[in-house]
Amino acid sequence: MRTRVLTIFLLLGATAMPLAADARSDAKKQVEFGIAVAQRGLWREAIYRWERAVQIDPKYAEALNDLAIAYEHEGDLDKARVAYEKALDIEPNNALIKQNYELFKEINDRTTRKDTQDSQDNQNP
Amino acid sequence: MTGRLARIRRIARTTRILSSVAAILLIAGCTNYYEIPIETPIKPKLDVSAFQRVLVAGFIAGGTDDVDGNLETTRLLRSQLRTKSDLRVIDTDVLPLMEVANETPGAPAEAKAEPTRPAAASDGSEGKDAKEGREKEEKEGKTDTKAESRGEAPQTATPDKLPAIKDAKDLEPYEHIFADVEYWKKIGEEYQNPLIVTGTVMFTPHQRSGIVQREEEVYDSFGRRRVVPVRTYMERKGYILQPKFVFIDGRTGTVMHSENFREEVLYNANQSTPALSSYFELMDRLIPSFLSTLSSQKIKGTRVLLQ
Repeated sequence: MRTRVLTIFLLLGATAMPLAADARSDAKKQVEFGIAVAQRGLWREAIYRWERAVQIDPKYAEALNDLAIAYEHEGDLDKARVAYEKALDIEPNNALIKQNYELFKEINDRTTRKDTQDSQDNQNP
Repeated sequence: MTGRLARIRRIARTTRILSSVAAILLIAGCTNYYEIPIETPIKPKLDVSAFQRVLVAGFIAGGTDDVDGNLETTRLLRSQLRTKSDLRVIDTDVLPLMEVANETPGAPAEAKAEPTRPAAASDGSEGKDAKEGREKEEKEGKTDTKAESRGEAPQTATPDKLPAIKDAKDLEPYEHIFADVEYWKKIGEEYQNPLIVTGTVMFTPHQRSGIVQREEEVYDSFGRRRVVPVRTYMERKGYILQPKFVFIDGRTGTVMHSENFREEVLYNANQSTPALSSYFELMDRLIPSFLSTLSSQKIKGTRVLLQ
């Protein structure tokens, strides 16, 4: 009985691994295409591709990083923050993602600081 | 004990730096990455989509007499808005805000007198009342409305007997004018409900002395040039510019947004810099922030795409 259960688990594991590998491989294709179009300035298309990559493989930190950059470029700073944070949750030690996120935060903090300052000014005109 | 601690900290710091460099190199070695330039658009702080026109009405200015803060600020903002925003700039004489505020000292909004009307807009867009009033005044010889159409600077109807504004405290008695909804609403009606930009400008001389660090060229016995930091006591003088920009909705007369800025510049005491040149130097620094309130800006940068 125990051997049978073990065999089933092993079989499931063995079939799941190629599936995951397939997912990553499909997602990678989307990411590659996204990079190619982003380099030509087609950021909307790149977003579509990287969103597809993340749908296929939600644990693909690099795709999330690229998506965050594209959102940043489009001025969608809230979405960019979420994507960077997800990427760093998956790969907290990825120095390149960290570096991108730090640069993003610098801009984002500047705009939010301005907003805070403005609301203070408006409260005490 | 302290020395040992410091050494441990130093070693820890070096290890941290080395490990992060190693991590970057490792990732760079294993991952395909592509540097890409990006431009992050920053949305304007104010939604001005409801306005097609902007009226830089004038400023309550004080500080040095060498620069007419009201006139210069109005002129500069108009020219900046003309080239760097989508809004159509209304050219008109500068409002004598000090006079208006003085006529109604601290009075509530409903008790205000008729707004002191600026001269005609050069784009022919003035309201009917404004036009009639202007024609009447022209007949009476009260205004020179053709000044700007001749390419001259907009003139202020500067009041003669108002007390001089020497510091920020002197501005306070005039600031109630910005909350005068009725006054601004009337101005708005005259100019077809534009976005109104007004505020205060303090431009004051400033002096400071103390130790400053500067770089000095030195040549050694072999004639090799080196630049070394030298700390010296210096007397310096310059200016402080403190503008407050108030954005008023011409349709309702209410303040939409206000922003305070402060910039200062100091020169060597023996350097003679004209006040007007310092004024423009300081305004140059804060113009991008002013414009970012009304129009979107793009911040250039570089990011790394990963595969």
